Amino acid sequence: MADATGILVLGDAPAGELAATAQELLAAGRTLADTLGQELSIGLIGSDLANAPQQAIAHGADKVYSVTNPVLADYHPDLFLSAMQTLAGEANPNIILIARNNEGRELAPRLAFRLGVGLAQDCLEVSADASTGKLLANRPVYGGSAVAVVSCNRTPQIAAIRPKTYEPLDADAARSGQVVAFPVEIDSSMAKTRVVDVVKEEAEGIKLEDARIVVSGGRGLGGPEPFAQLEELANLLGGAVGASRAAVDSGWVPANYQVGLTGKTITPDLYITVAISGASQHMAGCSGSKAIVAINKDADANIFKDARYGVVGDWEKVIPALMETVRELTQS
Amino acid sequence: MPVNICVLAKQVVDPEMPAAAFRIDPDARQVVPPPNIPPVVNGFDENAVEAALQIKDEQGANITVISSGTSFALDVMKKPLSMGADELVLLQDDAFANSVDSFFTVQLLSSAINKLGGFDLIICGRQASDWDNAQVPLGVAETLGMACITLGKKVDVKDDKVVVERLAPDGFEVVEADLPALVTVSNELGQPRYPTLRGIMAATRKRPTVWTTGDLDLDDSQLEPRVTLHDLFVPVREQDCEIIEGDDDADAARKLALKLREDRII
Repeated sequence: MADATGILVLGDAPAGELAATAQELLAAGRTLADTLGQELSIGLIGSDLANAPQQAIAHGADKVYSVTNPVLADYHPDLFLSAMQTLAGEANPNIILIARNNEGRELAPRLAFRLGVGLAQDCLEVSADASTGKLLANRPVYGGSAVAVVSCNRTPQIAAIRPKTYEPLDADAARSGQVVAFPVEIDSSMAKTRVVDVVKEEAEGIKLEDARIVVSGGRGLGGPEPFAQLEELANLLGGAVGASRAAVDSGWVPANYQVGLTGKTITPDLYITVAISGASQHMAGCSGSKAIVAINKDADANIFKDARYGVVGDWEKVIPALMETVRELTQS
Repeated sequence: MPVNICVLAKQVVDPEMPAAAFRIDPDARQVVPPPNIPPVVNGFDENAVEAALQIKDEQGANITVISSGTSFALDVMKKPLSMGADELVLLQDDAFANSVDSFFTVQLLSSAINKLGGFDLIICGRQASDWDNAQVPLGVAETLGMACITLGKKVDVKDDKVVVERLAPDGFEVVEADLPALVTVSNELGQPRYPTLRGIMAATRKRPTVWTTGDLDLDDSQLEPRVTLHDLFVPVREQDCEIIEGDDDADAARKLALKLREDRII
């Protein structure tokens, strides 16, 4: 077998549009490909990819595999894995990049074990060594208290990249690339699990992940009632409300409010934390925020190490005054 | 028939330890276990024990807890037994000291599971709070060829099927699979129960099965590490926080709002 070469991004195209995570992976992959002088390809998995292959080329891909089958219209881990495994065998890449989003959390480890290779999990940064072809990955460990630098010992070297850590490249419609049809033979009998019901618990208003301003509450709020005030502040600012794991575990707000290592990753322009201590597990979900404001009565709280502005005080007095001033400022 | 359940559990340094107690040994590329702070069972793995116990309460189950590691604190690792689990198997070898390589851990656990004759249901925590790899459960499912459902917040067994409420970004989905199957659970499952006095007494009398690598049927290729750890460091936080002072809390809040306005953030 020829030596493994090239960088293969695995992505999808919900509703025929190249996923934002795939754009981010292409940006990371482009740098690796240029460093190594190797090709950047992307495997797009779905049933109808519409214009996504052209979008992928505009975002940096040299080659697009249209990995299609009608049963890939909806995400199913067993079917997507089978398609990915087939493509990895055919493309024989040196490096595979996959998003550590909700799907990638299960796909990346399973793909690595299926191929008998190592996985650099939840990476914040990847680089390549031009002389050895090795991928080096920085990944947070111990809830973000430390960073490990790891490499994979076999090819394909696989890295799962945390969403929103790479900025997509600007789309360049003039870029050229090759689109390869890659129909895969899979059928729904390969699925070992069945989704029998889907229950939506979407919070009203702006989605937490998309909000430009987020107001989050933590353990120090002491109960569910104060979240009504945080909602009011978020509404005033046109933002959304989040929470720390402590607040979710206490049952004060639903699980989908959780920001952090095991919750949502957010990158708002402004992140206001109220009575949140700033454990590294929480910061893992919000460290990409442009500005963090900390409101906490404990001057030694960790959150002040990550904040641009801090108020050491009692949230019960700070929040109403903050709202009043915001009202004056935004209505004048 | 009682359900034959396996729970995978890991001993980790206490993630709730004060941040100031967190130290790494850069040369050994390891976290130094803090003195005077005992290790704990990984939090998500306690959720897995709780999920198994709920099935046991409902319809009867035999629960075997398997852990791989080194330097076990036996009283810590007996906690699942004192919560109500039935058996404890420890895979103990100095070779497990650096568990950054999930591949190796998966080979050991899968081999031990086979040696024990397999299970109807394997329940695991979604990830361990030390290396946050979130790979071992999925690797075990792949290695043993089992159906795999991740991020459960509720796990039931009905008519030879496992039915899981699985977390989704905007709610949850109900997913089922025929047994045998592997399920990972998250903290949304709810607080694990406390050990009862009777449970603690029963656990004291139980002796774990202890196996080393030599007791497990593994070939050289399975023992070969797939990931190399080159460096381990504590990231520097560079933010210089400006503490907004005021005559009182309300005044500081007003000044904060003005500051954010001045910066054109709001």
